[in-house]
Amino acid sequence: MPTDWIMGLFGGLLIGGAAAIFLLVNGRIMGASGIIGGLVDRSGLGNWTEKAALIAGLIIVPAIMTLAMGVKPTYLTENLLVIAIAGIFVGVGTRIANGCTSGHGVCGISRLSLRGIVATVFYIGAGGLTVVLFKHVLGVI
Amino acid sequence: MRNFMAFIVGSLFGAGLLISGMTDTKKVQGWLDVFGDWDPTLAFVMGGAIVPMAVAWRFVEGRKPMLRDHFDAASDPKVGRKLVVGSVLFGIGWGLAGLCPGPALASLSFGGFGGIIFLIAMLAGMLWAPKLRKVLD
Repeated sequence: MPTDWIMGLFGGLLIGGAAAIFLLVNGRIMGASGIIGGLVDRSGLGNWTEKAALIAGLIIVPAIMTLAMGVKPTYLTENLLVIAIAGIFVGVGTRIANGCTSGHGVCGISRLSLRGIVATVFYIGAGGLTVVLFKHVLGVI
Repeated sequence: MRNFMAFIVGSLFGAGLLISGMTDTKKVQGWLDVFGDWDPTLAFVMGGAIVPMAVAWRFVEGRKPMLRDHFDAASDPKVGRKLVVGSVLFGIGWGLAGLCPGPALASLSFGGFGGIIFLIAMLAGMLWAPKLRKVLD
């Protein structure tokens, strides 16, 4: 639906604007998996207050927005086994690849980084095959 | 001041994810579902996000960040096994649930029990990653 595309573009500009501020002001890459993962495995505790502040904004602002404008459902599957397996794969995969949709996708592709482009090709490819297999062939999701 | 700016950055990031529809797992899976009812929204989000960042990268050359004395060092430029294996694992999980790390946090307050389970599993995966990384080295 074109309205969704316009909202997507506008939301995307906000995401990219946020990443641009983090780079030009704080000198850092806005990669969600690196920011979260660096706290989890303690490899990125050097600037933990910065990471914690970013995570706080990332959680609190959507909470306030949904309180004010109504909840946007996530339509997440109710199959807890699928959720748990998916979560583990996302956690382990993004940390081994050293980046996710924000780090490799947004921050990497925008500087024409080969790593960012290769990572994005592989995670979109694997994601596409997964949806085809688990939705259309196996009917699990 | 850096912490305050990081909070602003997280706030804009969260607002952008919510507005763009990236906390809606059906939209993400719809983008990946090339053989089903394909939803191109994610391409608009990615495109919109890449533009300001592409401009920002042009300002980096020969300059310093406003609140720090250097930029994050560019990561190891090698396209290796870890990058490919990790991205494939990430893609499988992303396809299964339709959530990646940013939206998993942004939707935490309204994503229900499933969203919390996803986040806990993701954190567990992140905790486990350094061990698997050693195996791949």
